[in-house]
Amino acid sequence: MISLAGRDILHGWAKFVFTGIGLGLLIGVTLSMAGVYRGMVDDAKALLDNSGADLWVVQKDTLGPYAESSSLRDDIYRDLLGMPGVARAANVTYLSMQVRQGNTDIRAMVVGVTTGQPGEPGEPGYLVAGRQMTHDHYEAVADVKTGFALGEVIRIRRHDYTVVGLTRRMVSSGGDPMVFVSLKDGQEAQFLKDNEAILNDRARTAANPALNRPGVPGLLDAIQASQASNHNVNAVLVRVAAGHDPEMVAREIRRWQHLQAYTRTQMEEILVSKLILTSAKQIGMFLVILAIVSAAIVAFIIYTMTLGKIREIAVLKLIGTRDRTIAGMILQQALGLGLIGFSVGKIAATLWVPIFPKYVLLTPEDTLRGFVAVMLICALASTLAIHAALKVDPADAIGG
Amino acid sequence: MNPLTKKILLAGLGVSLLAALGFAIARSGPLAPIKVTVAKVERGEVVPALFGIGTIEAQRAYLIGPTVAGRVLRVLVDVGAPVKAGQLLAEMDPVDLDQRVASLDASLAKARSAVAVAEAQKQDAASKRELAAINARRYVDLGTQKFVSQSVVDSRLQEEKSAQAGIDAAEAALAGARQDLGRLEQDRNGVREQRANVRLLAPADGVVTAREAEPGSTVVAGQAVLRLVDPASLWARVRFDQGRSNGLDVGLPAQIVRRSNPQAPLSGKVARIELVSDAVTEERIAQVAFDVTSNAPPKALSIGELVEVTLNLPAAANSPILPNASLRRLGSQNGGQNGEQTGVWVVEGEQLRFAAIKSGVSGLDGRVQVLDGVQAGATVVVYSERNLTADSRFKVVPSLAGKRP
Repeated sequence: MISLAGRDILHGWAKFVFTGIGLGLLIGVTLSMAGVYRGMVDDAKALLDNSGADLWVVQKDTLGPYAESSSLRDDIYRDLLGMPGVARAANVTYLSMQVRQGNTDIRAMVVGVTTGQPGEPGEPGYLVAGRQMTHDHYEAVADVKTGFALGEVIRIRRHDYTVVGLTRRMVSSGGDPMVFVSLKDGQEAQFLKDNEAILNDRARTAANPALNRPGVPGLLDAIQASQASNHNVNAVLVRVAAGHDPEMVAREIRRWQHLQAYTRTQMEEILVSKLILTSAKQIGMFLVILAIVSAAIVAFIIYTMTLGKIREIAVLKLIGTRDRTIAGMILQQALGLGLIGFSVGKIAATLWVPIFPKYVLLTPEDTLRGFVAVMLICALASTLAIHAALKVDPADAIGG
Repeated sequence: MNPLTKKILLAGLGVSLLAALGFAIARSGPLAPIKVTVAKVERGEVVPALFGIGTIEAQRAYLIGPTVAGRVLRVLVDVGAPVKAGQLLAEMDPVDLDQRVASLDASLAKARSAVAVAEAQKQDAASKRELAAINARRYVDLGTQKFVSQSVVDSRLQEEKSAQAGIDAAEAALAGARQDLGRLEQDRNGVREQRANVRLLAPADGVVTAREAEPGSTVVAGQAVLRLVDPASLWARVRFDQGRSNGLDVGLPAQIVRRSNPQAPLSGKVARIELVSDAVTEERIAQVAFDVTSNAPPKALSIGELVEVTLNLPAAANSPILPNASLRRLGSQNGGQNGEQTGVWVVEGEQLRFAAIKSGVSGLDGRVQVLDGVQAGATVVVYSERNLTADSRFKVVPSLAGKRP
């Protein structure tokens, strides 16, 4: 038995292939859009993974440190280390800022981490080049997305930092690449004012007669020194000791330390369902519209393809071909078109995903789901065309 | 084109499309193997080093100010002026001290006159006593020869004794006058000392670093009018993180990089380690002195300048060495059985094995000494694109960076 569909495709193969490619590019866009959404969620999860923490301890009544600002004294980690179930606790500061790079600047999140012991919470867990920080000051580990190379100098506030290591996929919840510096540098970067502001503050303090009393030498100096120092951090990352339930440890911290502590699940909830909620909905809405449009276009393409060979179908009917054979031909063509389109779309998406500025994640589940959806849409769309083909009067073959 | 070639061509196209699809699914995204770079563990020596930052300070700094409250009369030197020990730098207003000296001088002159009077009175008394003594002797002789009555002799003897008492009185008056003179002299010396004390002198050779009060301003006792430092005593006060201060010791050679001239590091030595470390900042504090032979003249140093100090410690014993980028943490959540472990991923054929290690000292260059857990010659993962697990698929590549995003 000969394949009617195969014959027909061979007959107008160029038209078929190019239609498939065009359809494929559209499917590629849809897949990428799903990837953008997955990428956003994954960015948020990567932030949590990379911080290597089981608990995030932040200022009371805040959703910090990512969704809200939070400020803690930097010696709180010692209290936390004394609590049962806490294996490690490390201070961390987060600061989103524009980092100067040559003549331009890039948006980055400067993270101040406790360095020294390998695997401190907060420290980048793996590198793609260079080494971890060994100095307490003026070294940085940057994400490759920042565009910095090893040995280059990053200027943050008034200090130059040498890039000694590069990481990958170290991003903030907004997808900004991270720059890791030591905790002390991070504290300084966060709270250090520019020179003019410092001078201004000094003058203001000196002009205050209550703080600059003539009979008390040294008072002014002491006040100004206390204004210039900073012992705050944004969060303490806690790792729970083996055999302890993070939620129990978090409860103890909340109860006795008068701080807020979030577990991984709660943090994910904050990031995914609060921080990126509207952007995710935006993308999701677009994805739905794109899927509907794609389905409509596939249906119309198959319909017009069928209408294009309506005369041939009439001839087939005239020579006594059964309806089932004709319907099979149209369905096979539609599915073939879907197959080509899906393949082209997947390949195209894979090719253009790396050049997106933010992370785009194409998951195998999404690919599978997309494949099923494409096939389903093609099959449904072909019913329209089958209906049209079956309605054709065989007399049309000779008339017209 | 005949149908057969067309068919073959289309079949080829379909097969290649499917192949490309399969490749795209397998080689990118989560299913792709994780690209890693590997290195062989080598033996060598790790040179541990300590790194700290600090500021240049003067070991000897002087606050020059009055010991009592007063008004500044004049200030003779300005900031930057080199001064010698004993040089007059500033003077406080003496107010009435000069007049008090003059007054005491006058009192002294008067006291000297009083001494002269007392001396004259003493001579007078002495001459009176002499006469009385001669008279008394004469009447005693006359009395023994019975020319005069005994009562007359007694009267002369009494006169002699009275004259002697007159001398004693005159001597006492003289001593009193002399003591008065001495007291006044001491008074005057005291006021002169006070007068000298309002002159602010340099206690040592140095350079003026601040001029904090101008003539006419009033300062309280202890407040500085001028500040001096001894530029020969400049050193760096350096803070080292407590967690990385192991091995900090007096006499360690130091390399000092100044912010103003990072290209020309200076050499120095740890001169002192403070017993008390800063509990708030968790830092130890040490003073690093510049080598005298150091090519930086003191004038090139500025107090308060930021310096970065590197102390090289003696090299550790020869042992296997790892780059610190290869150290990973295996937590309980990703497969560690007994809590979290620090170690490396060892490549064994096509498999990864996590080897927990005990690390020793680490150098500033990022090399870590391995005490236990991995032997020299083993192949370990240094860099990876993603976090690894024991069943990760991986692909060894020469390098991961350089590929710009």
